[in-house]
Amino acid sequence: MTKNIMIVGVGGQGTLLASKLLGKLFLEKGHDVKVSEVHGMSQRGGSVVTYVRFGEKVHSPVIDKGQADIIVSFELLEAARYVDYLKHGGKLITNTQQINPMPVITGAMEYPENLLEKLQKLDIEVEGFDALSLAMQAGSVKAVNLALLGRLSRSLDFTEEQWLSAIETSVPEKFLDLNRKAFLLGRESQ
Amino acid sequence: MKKLMLGNEALARGLYEAGCSFISSYPGTPSTEITEFAAKYPEIYAEWAPNEKVAMEAAFGACLAGKRSFCAMKHVGLNVAADPLFTISYTGVNAGMVICVADDPGMHSSQNEQDSRHYAIASKIPMLEPSDSAEALSFAKLAYELSEKFDTPVIVRTCTRIAHCQSLAEVSDRQEMPDRPYEKNIAKYIMMPGMAKKRHPVVEERTRLLTEWAETSPINRIEEGRDGSIGIITSSTCYDYVKEACEDKYPVLKLGMVNPLPVKLIKDFAAKVGEVIVVEELDGIIEEHCNNIGVRARGKELFGNIDELLPNKVAQCLGMTVREGENLDVTIPTRPPVMCAGCPHRGLYYVLKKNNLTVLGDIGCYTLGATAPLQAADTTICMGASVSGLHGFNKAGAAGLAGKTVAVIGDSTFMHSGITGLVNVAYNESASTVIILDNSTTGMTGHQQNPTTGFNLKGDPCTKIDLESLCRAVGIRRVRVVDPYDLEQCDKAIKEEVGCNEPSVIISRRPCALLKTVKHPGPISVESSKCIGCKACMKIGCPAISIVRKKAVIDQTQCVGCNVCTQLCRQNAIGGLK
Repeated sequence: MTKNIMIVGVGGQGTLLASKLLGKLFLEKGHDVKVSEVHGMSQRGGSVVTYVRFGEKVHSPVIDKGQADIIVSFELLEAARYVDYLKHGGKLITNTQQINPMPVITGAMEYPENLLEKLQKLDIEVEGFDALSLAMQAGSVKAVNLALLGRLSRSLDFTEEQWLSAIETSVPEKFLDLNRKAFLLGRESQ
Repeated sequence: MKKLMLGNEALARGLYEAGCSFISSYPGTPSTEITEFAAKYPEIYAEWAPNEKVAMEAAFGACLAGKRSFCAMKHVGLNVAADPLFTISYTGVNAGMVICVADDPGMHSSQNEQDSRHYAIASKIPMLEPSDSAEALSFAKLAYELSEKFDTPVIVRTCTRIAHCQSLAEVSDRQEMPDRPYEKNIAKYIMMPGMAKKRHPVVEERTRLLTEWAETSPINRIEEGRDGSIGIITSSTCYDYVKEACEDKYPVLKLGMVNPLPVKLIKDFAAKVGEVIVVEELDGIIEEHCNNIGVRARGKELFGNIDELLPNKVAQCLGMTVREGENLDVTIPTRPPVMCAGCPHRGLYYVLKKNNLTVLGDIGCYTLGATAPLQAADTTICMGASVSGLHGFNKAGAAGLAGKTVAVIGDSTFMHSGITGLVNVAYNESASTVIILDNSTTGMTGHQQNPTTGFNLKGDPCTKIDLESLCRAVGIRRVRVVDPYDLEQCDKAIKEEVGCNEPSVIISRRPCALLKTVKHPGPISVESSKCIGCKACMKIGCPAISIVRKKAVIDQTQCVGCNVCTQLCRQNAIGGLK
C-alpha cells in the first residue's frame, strides 16, 4: 500500500530539506519513492507544497485531493489550504505559527480566526504545536523544519537512530547539533 | 546502483554516461538544474550562454567539431532558439546533439502554457518523452544513439512533474566517445537555397525511417490489461496518472517517442481494444495523429487542453471513483509569491509607483512588483519585450503619456534579449528611459551567473561585461547608476531621465538580498510610542512589515535592515536598534 505524505508551508521555511530527508529514509528501507516539488517562482514567500510517496511501486509523482495519509504543515493557514488533500481519518501535524500572506498584510483579506479549532472539528486527527518555539529553544528559527520532522517521526515506523543518521547525512556539519536538538524537541513535544 | 534523483539530475547523469562533453544553456524553470548538475562532472564543459539561441548554436558548433553536445531550456526558451532549430534539422549533426525542452503545464513558473511537441513536428526533429527519472537517464543516452544513427538533433521533452520529481534511477559508468573528426561538407552544412533544397528530401526520408524505428522500439510499449473495452494511449506524467488510477485494468500503449509517432503500432493496438482514449496534457497531438491515420480516438473532449492533468481528474475521466477530501468551510486568503524582504527592486518600484509612470516590465523576480500594493508594472510578455515595447510605445506617442513611461529589465534578461531592443532605441531615436535592475545575478531561477556577474557557471572568475560601457557603446549618451535603497536618489534620477527628450539608461544597482555574499546590517524595528499607524511603510509591500493593533511591527526573522521603510516614516519611528 502506498503511503502519501505532504509537506506544506511558506517558501523559504525549509520544506525542501524535510522532503529530502524523508526520501532518504524511505529509500534505505528499500521502498519505491517519489518526491515531488515545485521550484522557481513559488519559492519567493509563496505557498509551497511537496509530495512524498513511498510503497512497493509508486506511479504518480503528485498526491491529489482526498489521498494524503499525513500532512505536515509549517504554517497554520497552509494547513487549512491543503486540508482537503487528506483522507478521511488522515493526520494533520501543524505548526501553530501564523505568517501573514501579502493580501492580509495589505488589508485586502483577513487571516481566518480560530483555524486550529475549526480544523479539529473535521474527520481527521490534528496535532497542532508550536514548532517555532521549539526551534528557537534549539537555537535558531531556521530549525523549524526539524522540529516538525521530530513530531512526524512519532507517526512513522523508523527508529530514532535511523532518523538521526538520515539527519547526519543531510545537513552540513556545523548545523548538525542545532538540527538534532530541534528534531528531538519535536519528537518529545507535548 | 539505484539512486533517488531529481528528473533533471537523472537527465544530467544520462548525458554524462553517454559521453556528452559540451553543454551550453540558459537557465529557465523547470530546466535549470540539468545544466547545474552536469557542470559538476569534470569531464563535461558546461556554460551559461546569454540566451537559448546562442546556447543551441554553440551546442551545434560543438557537435560539428566532433563532441557529443547538449543544450537545455524551458518551453519559451525554445521560441528564442527556434531559428537555428529548424535549420539544424536540415543539416543534421556530426557527433550527437541533444536538446532538452522543459514544458510547464499548469504554469507554475511561466508566462504561457505552450506545448513544445508542436516544435518537434514543425521542425521534423525526433522527440523523446520520459515519464520518470529512470527514463530521463536512459532516454538521454538513447537520444545520442538516435542522433548519430539518423543524423539529426534529438529533443528530449520534460515537464515540471518530471523535472522536479525525485524518483529512482540506475546509474552506470561513463562511456567516453572518440571525437568524430570534422570534415568540410558544404552540401550538408551550408543551407543556401540550392543546398537546402537537396536536404529537405533527406529530412523527409529520415522521418520515414524514424517512424519505422518507432513501430518496434521498446520505448513505445504495450502493457496488457484485464479489460479490453478501453485502450489507453499516453506518455510522460500522464502515463503515471493512468497507472495510478487503473493499474493494470486497461491495456496501455505507452509512448516514449512522441515525434514521429508510430502508425502500425497504434493501428494494431486499436484493433485489439474497444475504444481508444488518449491521455495527454495540453494539446491533442497524439489524438489528432490517431484520427489522421484512421484510428477513432477520444481525448480532449474528456480532459480538455488547459492546465496540467492530475491523478483525480484522469481517474474520474476514465470512470473511476475518486475519494473526496475534508471540506473546511473557511475563506483562505491566497499566498502569492512576493519580493523578499530587502529585495533591491522594492525601493525602485516604489519610486516608479509614486511618479505614476507606465512601466513596461520583463521576465524575472521583478514581475512580482506588478501585484498589490506596489502595482508598478503594466506589461510582462517575454524576455526583452520591455525595452523594444517601450520604444514602440513612445514612438506611437500615446496622448498624455509622453515622458511618463519607462522599461524595467533585469541584468540577466538585458543580456539575454534587451541589448537589441536598446540598439533600436538608440538607432531609431525614441525618448525612452530603460531601467536595468542590476542585482548581480539571475534571481528567479535560483542565482545563476550571467555575463555581468564576473563568474562563469563553474564559479570561476571570468570576463565581466560592463553594463555602463555596453549601453554607451550602442549609442546611449545618458547612462547613470543609482542605489535602489536610496529613494531620494532614485526619484531624482527617474524624474530627470524621463523628463529629457533623448534615450537614457538608469542602472539600479544592488545585489539580490538572498545572495550569500551579501552582508546585511541586520533587522531594524519600530519604536511603538512614535508610530501613529499611518501605514506609510506599508506602501512598499515588504513581507516583514505588518500592522498589529494599529501600529507597524517589523518581523525580526525576515528584516535584513535595508532601511527603505525608514525613509517613508515621517514620525522617525523606524530604525535604530531593537
